[in-house]
Amino acid sequence: MNPQLEQLLTQLDPLHYGLLGFSFLLIIILVISRSTGSNNADAVTTPDSVKPAAPADSVESEPQSAQVASTVKITEYSTDAALQVLGLLQQEARLIDFLQEEVQHFSDAEVGAAARVVHEGAKKVLTDNFLIEPIRSEDEESHVTLDEGFNTAEVRLSGNVVGKPPFTGLLIHRGWKVSEVKLPKVIDGHDLTIIAPAEVEL
Amino acid sequence: MNPVENNNAARYAVGIDLGTTHCVLAWRALDQEAPETAIEVLPITQLGSPGSVVESQQLASLMYLTHPNELSEQALSLPWNSNSNSNVTGSLNQPLGSIAQNLGAKTPIRLVSSAKSWLGHTGVDCKEAFLPLDSVDEIDKVSPYEATVAYLCHLKNAWQHRFPDAPLAQQKLTITVPASFDPKARELTAEAAQEAGLNQAILLEEPQAAFYSWVFDNADTWRDQVQLGDVILVVDVGGGTTDLSLIEVKEDSGELSLERLAVGEHILLGGDNMDLALAYQVKAKVEAQGKTLEMWQINALTHGCRAAKEALLTDTDLQTVPIVVPSRGSRMMGGGLRAELTRDEVITALVEGFFPKAAVDEVPRSRPRSALSKKSLPFAQDAGITRHLAKFLSSQAPENATAFSNDPLGVNGNNPPAFLKPTAVLFNGGVFKAPILAQRVGENLNRWLEESARPAIKHLSSADLDYAVARGAAYYGTVREGNGVRIKGGTACAYYVGIESAMPAVPGMEPPLQAFCIAPFGLEEGSSAANSPEEFALLTGQSVEFRFFASKTRRDDQVGTVLESWSDDELMELPPISAKLDDLTGASGQGVTVTLQAGVTEVGTLKLEAVEVQGQRRWKIEFDVRDH
Repeated sequence: MNPQLEQLLTQLDPLHYGLLGFSFLLIIILVISRSTGSNNADAVTTPDSVKPAAPADSVESEPQSAQVASTVKITEYSTDAALQVLGLLQQEARLIDFLQEEVQHFSDAEVGAAARVVHEGAKKVLTDNFLIEPIRSEDEESHVTLDEGFNTAEVRLSGNVVGKPPFTGLLIHRGWKVSEVKLPKVIDGHDLTIIAPAEVEL
Repeated sequence: MNPVENNNAARYAVGIDLGTTHCVLAWRALDQEAPETAIEVLPITQLGSPGSVVESQQLASLMYLTHPNELSEQALSLPWNSNSNSNVTGSLNQPLGSIAQNLGAKTPIRLVSSAKSWLGHTGVDCKEAFLPLDSVDEIDKVSPYEATVAYLCHLKNAWQHRFPDAPLAQQKLTITVPASFDPKARELTAEAAQEAGLNQAILLEEPQAAFYSWVFDNADTWRDQVQLGDVILVVDVGGGTTDLSLIEVKEDSGELSLERLAVGEHILLGGDNMDLALAYQVKAKVEAQGKTLEMWQINALTHGCRAAKEALLTDTDLQTVPIVVPSRGSRMMGGGLRAELTRDEVITALVEGFFPKAAVDEVPRSRPRSALSKKSLPFAQDAGITRHLAKFLSSQAPENATAFSNDPLGVNGNNPPAFLKPTAVLFNGGVFKAPILAQRVGENLNRWLEESARPAIKHLSSADLDYAVARGAAYYGTVREGNGVRIKGGTACAYYVGIESAMPAVPGMEPPLQAFCIAPFGLEEGSSAANSPEEFALLTGQSVEFRFFASKTRRDDQVGTVLESWSDDELMELPPISAKLDDLTGASGQGVTVTLQAGVTEVGTLKLEAVEVQGQRRWKIEFDVRDH
């Protein structure tokens, strides 16, 4: 049983590229939604002429409201930035083409070859448009101590979560944080839902 | 300082590297006199794809001529087009830069490229609209000059978008040109700047700019890194051209000074040739497997080879890099193309192909150009950059300066071949990001020096191979203000007019030609040479044409020197120059005696005038642009 399972895993290995790509996409979309949602207009540098598809109301934008303390506001995300990232990932990395294929019909070599295109292009999208930094600078698998009042958004506890801070534990993953978003600006009226135009060669 | 008061004064020194393949703009604030004031590279706003505006530190020197039904005008508008901004210049509203690269890769018949190489080409009229070359008649073509104006307008608009309160026309602006540009090409560049509304721009040679950037980066130590008597060789290999210059370290009232000694020929050979060479090698491998490649696949291969080359040349542990060209349709898997580029292939193709081991008395190989020459760029026939370098250094040796030396047959026994011996080398251009290529040039130089029992060459390290030219040009703006050491040099050529000597006609024989020197080597900007003693009797209202020559090696000829004979290497013929002696009174056919006078303008262009001997009148002599 075990050897078979291992074989299956190695066979599936190229597929992980796909999964990787997909999770990467999801992460980016989430990141974008958050950064636009939190009124971070400077970083996203959308020109005034562009109207966000959904108004990005945020908690900070209405500090005067008397109900702020008691009401939890759920922020709508901006679809524009998400569509833009999808478009870039298709243009540079062919990600939509890749994910729309039924990979099981292709050999590992073919999936692997396509994964290189996706990896190279997606990496370019990542470095051109985002500045990403690790949250923790310590080596993974080393022990770290979290003092009281640590940022629970930045650090997630797991495992034997008991007792009181300071917590000492093993750093499993360093975490990633986007410190800058520099997406292309969009000309007013440009249809962002077209992430890849059809191409007709004359 | 009151900013309102200072409204029209220059606040920045700006340098534009108007490259064959990419343009870069760098700037330095002038109001802070501190030497540590940084030089910054402008992120140039441009379209990345229709409707999407990106910023990049490089603007690809490419223009895409759109079909009227291809894209909406709106999808091609830039931030400065959206509001009716009076500061915007440029009538040709065609997409440039990144978007042109993307669209042009799929529709090459509409892509304008290498405009700058055409400016440096003597045989064509650069104001004639013929680009893209060999394209279909239906496309409204543009001239190399118009394309150059368009790139400058874009840079100007991008600058003003970023600095709305500091119009580029009011800043200290330096535009770089290849050191090998002839007077006509320099004048066309200066004229293009004027047409873009940048009348104040001055020109600077690119290798000098790269050297200025090195001086700026080593402000505290450069005087320790070079000594009196050092001769610095600048090897600048850009995307499309190779440009060589020699700069000597001298002394002037106890301080180190710099003088540009010589510049090389115009060599159309650069990083793009290297990428193409690799792509064709990979193409041959794929075709050996029985597959035929379409144009778009070759383009994609070239693109893949560039990335693979960079990876292989920077990471020495890497042995092979796969290159994948997926199918164009939405079904990207299957039917794609997979090839490999190996470390050995890259080394063989680039190191041996472009930087071969050469002897210092070797000359670049050439074959006669086909007589049926349609309009084409004079690409270097020999890709061996080291052989071009050997020829340059040999031609500059004082011993080889005249063709009629004491030893015309080269039987000087066992003496090593003569060449001008540099003591230090500065590399510039993205190509040299691969350390092995700079190393290879260094090995050749050291072998040549060793044969002459000279010490090994010093390597001056450049901090920034891609942006050094623009940064150096920005720094030059502050140097001209008196803050820093200025490289002296003036013209890198002596100029001559060719006059047929009067003799009885002999059938089948051309009358012998004499060359009269009208401008000596090293004529400085803003100065004029003496009037040529030779007098010409001309008629007003008529046009007169002179054959025009330049020499990069005859350093001692003065105005009035007459040459009876010369070798092809010594004097190079340029397009003819002509003057029309318009008479303001309208009277034509009047005889007038003139002499010729040459000068170099503050901008850095050569100015030739016919000066009336008995009178005050002067007429400008034009560089002809006619095909010949």
